[in-house]
Amino acid sequence: MTTPPRDLAFLRGLTQSRSRGGAPITRRDALRVGGLSAAALALAACGVQGKKVAPPAPSAAAGYWADKTKHGTLRFANWPLYIDKDGKRYPTLEKFTKDTGIQVTYQEPIQEMSTWFGKIQPQLAAGQDIGYDLMVMTNGFQLGKAIALDYLAPLDLAKLPNFTANAGDKYKNPSYDPGNVYTVPWQSGLTGIAYNPKYIDGEITSIQDLWNPKYKGKVGMLADTQEVANFGLFLLGIDPDKSVQADWEKAAQKLQEQRDAGIVRKYYENDYVDALVRGDIWICMAWSGDIYQQLAEGKNLKFVVPQEGATIWTDNLCIPKTSQNPVDALALMDYIYQPEIAAKIAEYVTYITPVPAVQDVIKADAAKATGEDKKALELAANSPLIFPSDSDLAKLRTYKVLTPAEEKVFEGIFQPITQG
Amino acid sequence: MRRKIAPYLLILPGGLWLVIFLVVPLVFMASVSTQEGDIVNGFVQTFRLANYTDALVEFKTQFLRSVGYGLAGTVLTIALAYPVAYWIAFKAGARKSTYLLLVLLPFFVSFVLRTVSWKFLLADDGILLQPLKGLGLLPADFHVLQTTAAVIGGLAYNYLPFMILPIYVALERVDPRVVEASYDLYASRRDSFTKIVLPLSLPGVFAGVLMTFVPMTSDYVNASILGGPANTMIGNIIQTEYLVNNDYPVGGALSFTLMAAMLIGIFVYAKALGTENVLEAAAR
Repeated sequence: MTTPPRDLAFLRGLTQSRSRGGAPITRRDALRVGGLSAAALALAACGVQGKKVAPPAPSAAAGYWADKTKHGTLRFANWPLYIDKDGKRYPTLEKFTKDTGIQVTYQEPIQEMSTWFGKIQPQLAAGQDIGYDLMVMTNGFQLGKAIALDYLAPLDLAKLPNFTANAGDKYKNPSYDPGNVYTVPWQSGLTGIAYNPKYIDGEITSIQDLWNPKYKGKVGMLADTQEVANFGLFLLGIDPDKSVQADWEKAAQKLQEQRDAGIVRKYYENDYVDALVRGDIWICMAWSGDIYQQLAEGKNLKFVVPQEGATIWTDNLCIPKTSQNPVDALALMDYIYQPEIAAKIAEYVTYITPVPAVQDVIKADAAKATGEDKKALELAANSPLIFPSDSDLAKLRTYKVLTPAEEKVFEGIFQPITQG
Repeated sequence: MRRKIAPYLLILPGGLWLVIFLVVPLVFMASVSTQEGDIVNGFVQTFRLANYTDALVEFKTQFLRSVGYGLAGTVLTIALAYPVAYWIAFKAGARKSTYLLLVLLPFFVSFVLRTVSWKFLLADDGILLQPLKGLGLLPADFHVLQTTAAVIGGLAYNYLPFMILPIYVALERVDPRVVEASYDLYASRRDSFTKIVLPLSLPGVFAGVLMTFVPMTSDYVNASILGGPANTMIGNIIQTEYLVNNDYPVGGALSFTLMAAMLIGIFVYAKALGTENVLEAAAR
C-alpha cells in the first residue's frame, strides 16, 4: 500500500476558498458583515416598550398634584359639534373664562377613537406633551389602553365638588374606571336601532328586525367591533358584561349569517346617518344623538331601544399625564358639572348628560322661552333620547371591559365579520 | 475637487430626506414585523417569521382582492386614458394645454371629497338611479354603492390623470414624420397605429401602470367609502391593524408582503414588456 503524495495545493483548495487563499477578510467583506450586523442590531433594538402599571395607590393622585399650579390657560381637545356653539363663539367656555380667568384654546381634532389614540400614543409613550391638557375619550379599548399604560393623570376628586354633588349615581364609579380614578363623564349616548318609516311599515321593536330578510341589502350595521358584538349578544339574550368567549363565538356566527345572507349593506363608521337619510339603508344600528339631531331638523326618522337591550356608552373627560396645565383642566372638569352649565351643553349636543338635574333646568328654560326656541327646548326636555325612561335604562348595557389578551381574542372573533 | 463634490451636495437634501423618512422607518418596520406581544405589555423581538405566514393566511382573500381590483382598475384606466391622451396629442391642435388642464382639474379638489361626492351621485334614491328606477329601467333594489363595480370605478376615476399624462407625453414625442413615412410605405391607418404609434407609446403606458397600479392596490379610501363588507382591501386591513388593534407586527408583516409582491409583479411586468430597466422606462 503506498501513501498517495500529499498535494498541499489540492488540500488547500478543498478547505479554503480559491481566490482568497488564506488571506484575512478583506475590507469590503468586513464592511459587508458590519453592515449586516448593524442592521441585525437595529432590528433587535427596535423592540417597542410596553409599560403596564399596577393601579395607583390613593396617594398617587396627591403625588401627581403636589407640584402643579394654575396657569390660566387650557388646551381642550374634543369631538366636532360636542359643545354649545354660537356662530364662532363657545358661550360656555367664554363664561368659564369670565368666572375663572382661565383662557381656553378649544379644538375639535377627535374624529374617531382609534385614529385619535394612534395619533397621541407615541407622544404619551415618550412622556411628551400632546398639545392638549384635556381630552374626551369614549369608554372602550383605547381608554382601557390609556389607563393600563399609565397615560392619564389620576384625578384629585377633592377638587371636583360639583361632580361629587351633581353627577347621577349611575354615571359614577363606572366599570371601565372604578372610583373615577382617571375620568369623569362628558356625555353618554345609546346605541339602538334607527329606521326610516318611509320605507318600513309598522313599528320596529326588536333586534330580530336587523336580521329580517325583507330588508335585504338595506340594513346598516356599525363597523366598531364592540358595537356589533353587543348587538349579536343581545340577539341571543346574553348580557355583554357577563359574556365569555363561547358567547362571542355564538354571536359572531349570528352576525356572519346576517352578513352572508346579504342583509347587511355596509358596516358604517359615522357615515350611516347620510345613508339612512338618503335611503341607501332603511334600518340600522345608530347613536342616539345623531338621530336626535336629525329629528330636531325635522327629518322623519325613528329611534328605538330594542326590547332585547341596547348599549350605553360614555365619552369621558380625562387629562393626559403630560398635560402642561392640569390644574386648569381639573377646574373645567368640575365647572361643567353645575346643572345650569351642563344644561347649556346638553341643549346643544343633545346626548345624555351625566347631570340629572339638567332636565328641570331645561324645562324651566322652555317655560321662559318663546317660539322656535320653546319648541326645541320642550322637545329636548321630553326626549327619551336625552333623558331615557327608567324602562329603557333597565335595558341598557355597557361594553365589556377586556384585558389586552381578551381583546385580541375578541377582535379575532368579530373583526373578520366587519372586515370581510 | 469641487467638481467631484458638487453632485453629492446636490443629492444631499433629497438623500437625507429619503434616509430619514423612508429607510429608517422601513428598518424599524422590518424589525416590528417579526416581533411578538401587545401594546400594553410591549413588543419583544423574537424574529418570529411566522407573523408573515399567519398574516398571509388570515388575509389572503383581501390580498388577492386588492391585486384583482388594482389590475381591473389599471386596465379600465388604460382603456379610458389612451383615447383621451391620443386625442389630445394628435387632434387637439393649439388648445392642448387647455385640455391637459381640464384633465388635471379634478385634482384641485380633495381626493376624499371627490370620492364622497360619488356617494351622493350614486345613492340608491339619488339623482342618477331614482329616475331610472322610476322609468322601470332598473329593479327597485338595484344599487351601485357598496359593490365591487363602485370600488373599481372609484379607483379608476381617482387615478385616471396619472395614466393620461404619461401616455400623452409618450404620444406627443412620436415624430409625425415617422407616421407619414409609414403611409408612404403603404401602411393602412390601422397598421400605422399598431406598428408605429402603439409601440412608441408603450413606455408611457408602462409609466402610467406604475403610477396607477401600485397606489390602487394599496388604496383604502375607495373601499371604505364606496365599498361594502365584501370589498375590504388590504389597505383597510393594514390601517385597522395599526390604528385600531395596535397590532404592529401583523400590520408590518402585511405592509412588507404587499411591498414585495408589488416589486416582484412590476419587475415581471417589465421583463414581459421587454423594458430592461424599470426606472428608465418610468423616466422616459
